[in-house]
Amino acid sequence: MKIVVCVKQVPDTAAKVVVEDGKVTWGDAPLVINPWDEYAVETGLQQQEAHGGDVTVISMGDESAKEALKHALAMGCGEAVLISDPALSGADSVTTARVLAAAIRKIADVDIAFFGKQAIDGDGGVTAAQTARVLGWSALTLVSTISDLDIGNSEIQVERSTEEGRQIVKGRLPAVVSVVKDIGEPRYPSFMGIRKASRATIPEWHLAELNLEAPSPAVSWPEIMNPPQREVKTEIIDGASPQEKAEKLADKILEEKVL
Amino acid sequence: MADKIWVYVDHFRGEPHPASWEAIAAGGMLAEQLGGGVTAVVIGSAVEGLAQQAIHFGASEALLVDNPALQDFRAEPYATALSKLAGDNAPEVILLPTTTRGRELAAMAAMDLDTGVMPDVTALEVQDGAVVVTRPVYAGKLLCKARCNRIPQLITLRVRAFSKPEADESRSGTLTPIEIDLPAGDTLTEVVGYSQAEGSVSLTDAAVVVSGGRGVAVNPNLRPPSDLDDKEAEIWKAQQGFKLVKELADVLGGAVGASRAAVDAGYIPYEHQVGQTGKVVSPDLYIAGGISGAIQHQAGMRTSKVIVAINKDPEAPIFKLARFGIVGDLYDVLPALTEAFRKRLNK
Repeated sequence: MKIVVCVKQVPDTAAKVVVEDGKVTWGDAPLVINPWDEYAVETGLQQQEAHGGDVTVISMGDESAKEALKHALAMGCGEAVLISDPALSGADSVTTARVLAAAIRKIADVDIAFFGKQAIDGDGGVTAAQTARVLGWSALTLVSTISDLDIGNSEIQVERSTEEGRQIVKGRLPAVVSVVKDIGEPRYPSFMGIRKASRATIPEWHLAELNLEAPSPAVSWPEIMNPPQREVKTEIIDGASPQEKAEKLADKILEEKVL
Repeated sequence: MADKIWVYVDHFRGEPHPASWEAIAAGGMLAEQLGGGVTAVVIGSAVEGLAQQAIHFGASEALLVDNPALQDFRAEPYATALSKLAGDNAPEVILLPTTTRGRELAAMAAMDLDTGVMPDVTALEVQDGAVVVTRPVYAGKLLCKARCNRIPQLITLRVRAFSKPEADESRSGTLTPIEIDLPAGDTLTEVVGYSQAEGSVSLTDAAVVVSGGRGVAVNPNLRPPSDLDDKEAEIWKAQQGFKLVKELADVLGGAVGASRAAVDAGYIPYEHQVGQTGKVVSPDLYIAGGISGAIQHQAGMRTSKVIVAINKDPEAPIFKLARFGIVGDLYDVLPALTEAFRKRLNK
């Protein structure tokens, strides 16, 4: 089985992200593999362990995205490819999906492409479905469990996590699958894995190698800003007993007319 | 035939998602500035009633794709239907609620229609005849404005970010049924069934969220069954704590949330996690019990209207966000609060 995992490099979740002079900055917080994508890598590796084959991790980004790829290599992925091109700066999700789809086609004979649920920087959560649409593959998003994978019959059955509970869906392979946290805790990179990853040379593909022209993104971001400061005056409720505090608090909340 | 502004009416097997009506109201605001009315788009099986409801909530007309094959939402055929309608009628804006369905549908339609998509938007404005959206990024640590230079502009609206209109059953409008051929390629997926249809309130839709953190496991007075090991005993204690959280949520008609620490410690399933790698919620009332308020958690709840913090540690960062705080043990305060509301709300 041939598996591709798509990952992104993002600022760490603990980073204090702010806008200074119109530019986004996260201080000295590290860039890390998007936390959701670690679950995608884990899923890819689990399926490889169960069904054989190989796992290639790909990322679209600048040179720094190699760190995310190395993390995935250290977790156990066999190969990594960086897709990088100056013409991709300011890419919107539609552009990203076209580029990832072209890379997946170039890798060839891929059975499943795994994605994390969304990237924690842009929070779009649309790239997996869009990549599936470009490829004309089944889109199975927000998957919490892979119940069955039958390569011979090109079938996959999954549970998806939706507002109304779990939805059980069957799909044809090849498929794009985006996963949520329930799929299983990502493994830590092993010592051997880290050593291997640190020595790996990661090939770079440019738009020309994907037979793509420079995109003209439809969506632009003319302005990015800090959210308005929350003006809260905290009122600490005092009382002689928990009951007294609770009674006072209940009255205060009712006065706010939010119930 | 159709207006410039369209709203996709999201539903689960014929049951409308209330954010669809929020989207109609938001579409109405755009229509006031851009001209025309709001066309509702309803796709599904036996969904004429939804189209009628969309009119009651403010749509001027509805396009209806009614086909037994569309009983269960599957992104592929729904996107094909929406893209076909949009391709034939050239709307300028299509609004959808940011549900799991709406997000996927907008994503795919953007590919079909060679345009862009702006997901999970919290504010809309019109500048020089074009729509400019505001959307939170980095889990709300920042806001960005975005625009799309092609049409249709596909925009999904965050649930509860726009106010819901009142239905007016005297309103009328044309329903136009449209037949659409669904190609075989759109049957790549098949819904086999549903499991664990939770009776509880969905976290992202809830008007009230009561959340628990690591503190729910900290109760020296509880004696766990003796056959449990340390970790099991900790989880057992946490589950007693989450019972108190749930009881308060139930009295308030709300949903149960949790911090990442509580989820990672195995106290409660992941679907309850609020925060940057969980769900982003924006209820009218958010009560945090035993949650210190790490930046990742704040990212998931900071836009809640009224925040209440209950924590033993008066220095916990959560108090800085809170309108009201109680410094105390959640094992004492939560049951007392549940009782206080039970009396006041006659439950």
